[in-house]
Amino acid sequence: MNMLAVLSLLLTGAGDSISQILSVLFYVVFIVFIFYGQRIQMYVMIREVEGSLYKLKYIKEEGRKITIETIKEIGKPQTDPSARVDRYLEYFTITPQSMDPAGIVHKLDHILDVRDTRLKDEVKFMAPASDEVQVNNLENTLEAAMALNYIYKVVRHFYIQGKKTLSLYIIMQLQMILPLVMKEAEAYASALKAFAYGQPIGDGAGPLVAAKLMHGYKTREVPKDCVVATVPLEGRTAFIIKAEGPGGNVGKPGDAVKAVVDENDGKIASVIMIDAGLKLEGETVGAVAEGIGAAIGGPGVDQYKIEEAVVKHQIPINAVIVKEDIGDAVSPMRKEIADSVDKVIERVKSVVLERSKEGDKVIIVGVGNTIGIGQ
Amino acid sequence: MSENPSSTSTKISSYLLMIVLIVMALSIVALISAANFFATDFEFAVFMLAIGAIAMGLAVYVLVQSRKRAASMKIEAPKVMTTIECRKCGIKNVREFQRGDFVFKDLEDCQKCDDKLIITAIYKEVKEKEKTYGV
Repeated sequence: MNMLAVLSLLLTGAGDSISQILSVLFYVVFIVFIFYGQRIQMYVMIREVEGSLYKLKYIKEEGRKITIETIKEIGKPQTDPSARVDRYLEYFTITPQSMDPAGIVHKLDHILDVRDTRLKDEVKFMAPASDEVQVNNLENTLEAAMALNYIYKVVRHFYIQGKKTLSLYIIMQLQMILPLVMKEAEAYASALKAFAYGQPIGDGAGPLVAAKLMHGYKTREVPKDCVVATVPLEGRTAFIIKAEGPGGNVGKPGDAVKAVVDENDGKIASVIMIDAGLKLEGETVGAVAEGIGAAIGGPGVDQYKIEEAVVKHQIPINAVIVKEDIGDAVSPMRKEIADSVDKVIERVKSVVLERSKEGDKVIIVGVGNTIGIGQ
Repeated sequence: MSENPSSTSTKISSYLLMIVLIVMALSIVALISAANFFATDFEFAVFMLAIGAIAMGLAVYVLVQSRKRAASMKIEAPKVMTTIECRKCGIKNVREFQRGDFVFKDLEDCQKCDDKLIITAIYKEVKEKEKTYGV
């Protein structure tokens, strides 16, 4: 009742005392904002970053949990794989020295090969009962968990650094890029479940087109982790290449294209590459676009090898892409992307008709992760 | 920040919940006193009513927002569908994805024509339409 008494006293003291109090309050707030405005702004930003950091931590922990559960379910390990998974999540890769860039592509290629073998061996050790397809899927699951772990650690690093130094500019930079970082983290979170269940992802648009073109034809293996089928297409001979599915695998299309070009002594009329392409905001998911060049992402090793092979024999290289954003690329394939496959095939056929003559040989490469897509 | 994610999330929500409960309790006190003073001091009663209503509104808003935030923390697995087709008689069936499904996987024989059923597509359907922002 004391508080009520004070309040009623204030009120009965007429409007004057209220307006006096309000003006004093206004001046106090004004002065506080003059001296501490930037600091208050920084605390607001820190709060915002902190909220996102909690969310990232939750996503990262969930990722780890899903990974361990999947390994236990599929791999039937004798011992608890948690400690090994934690060790795996901290793996790093050191890129080759680039002070003298000559030959760096082969060095990077070697490092990536060693990494791939090492990680596959780790997965086999963690999940001894899993077959080749499951090993690939588990490796992809672990890579997604690894990416989430890394994103969390980097954001935490800048958050702590910003808090330690109370530097507005560190916090501001982090807060500015946070929506993009969160979008990427959420994409990896949904990728985790897709990889764990072996579902096709948006990045599989290229392999899906290639699989549809080669389905029913005999396939053979080409280096590395890829398959090729010889398919008659619009009066031409098409060599359709994709990573070997249905396990999570991108293969090495660079080596595969080089092998097929060499097998045919460079007598290839055109190389057509199909891949998922990053869409800009405002563009439609599943839209198909056509262009020139080697449509392939990743560290650049395969793009280099394909470009080397086509330049050596002066082979024209065309590209067809299916537009999607980063979230769509790593999460289960959207219906719009699955439906765009027929449009892509039509586009590929028109490129084949326009860019080659009857009886010519063409190479069609479906680039991307072939998880959940057979051949 | 503690190392246990579940404890951190509980810590935040219980802290927030405590503040919300205090504000709610105070707003209820304000509303009760508004009712008590209604006959004797009308101005004061209106003042207390306004304070009580605003505080109660804010408390409910914060509670709803925090619940929304907690819901957005969940990693939701989207519903993924598998399309099964018979290439010979064109029969088409859509069912929920099962572990082990992959595109172009041969399944059991078709009940109509004894040809093999195959999986022709696996996809998720996104219900919400993308905002165009008027451009």
